[in-house]
Amino acid sequence: MKFADFVCFKATIPELQAHDRDGAIAELVSSLDKAGKLGKGKCKELAGAVIKREKEASTGMGKGIAVPHVKHKAVKDVVAAIGQSSAGIDFSALDKQSVYSVILLISPVDEPDKHLQAMENIFRHLQHEKFRKFLRQCRDMVQIEDLLREADESSSL
Amino acid sequence: MQAEQDSLEKVVCETEVEIKNADGLHMRPAMQFVDIANQFDSDITVSNNETEVDGKSIMQMSMLAATYGTKLKIKAEGSDAAKVISALRELVEEKLFGEPAP
Repeated sequence: MKFADFVCFKATIPELQAHDRDGAIAELVSSLDKAGKLGKGKCKELAGAVIKREKEASTGMGKGIAVPHVKHKAVKDVVAAIGQSSAGIDFSALDKQSVYSVILLISPVDEPDKHLQAMENIFRHLQHEKFRKFLRQCRDMVQIEDLLREADESSSL
Repeated sequence: MQAEQDSLEKVVCETEVEIKNADGLHMRPAMQFVDIANQFDSDITVSNNETEVDGKSIMQMSMLAATYGTKLKIKAEGSDAAKVISALRELVEEKLFGEPAP
């Protein structure tokens, strides 16, 4: 699976307004909703579900990255939204460091394999320092889309 | 003598396990795996047919995309390698990460 297969580029938030975890999640869910990716009236319910999952175990995987996610009936296909924070957000990450790039991933309830394939794609790129650095340097939606599309085409990113 | 000591310390154990929980190796199971792996001194690598990753790294384990039915090769290298294999096999194939089968 490639980024372009599941990332909603229209829902990208180059600079999150929120300075806390729950606020950032709500912002990204709302952005997906505005982009027309969620079932009607599912916005609040979905944000609550992601936060609940996050409280069970942090998805702050270290190195400034968090991948909050949940399986939910609000979506029929795997969809993701990316948000960035230059100030950094406390996600109770594994390495206790602030998070600068948040990738919100929502998967349908009955497609566990697609969820795993999206995760595989995310971490294949995020484990490279160069990619994380480039992502943090992106200042607008277009730059983020360009970077992800470039990563889709190149194995070295 | 030296060679013998080396062989005593550098035990290598390998096994193949099958993912038997319905949702596969998603983040929570992967974290359980990494938590157990990190309790041991041995170096641990995990591979599917395409990728070989560090069994102690959550980011790398998430790259395996191990769906239900996937077979993974676990290799442990170090003094406690045998214990590693038995603990991880139990987690994956007997406890199913505490998750339901399909």
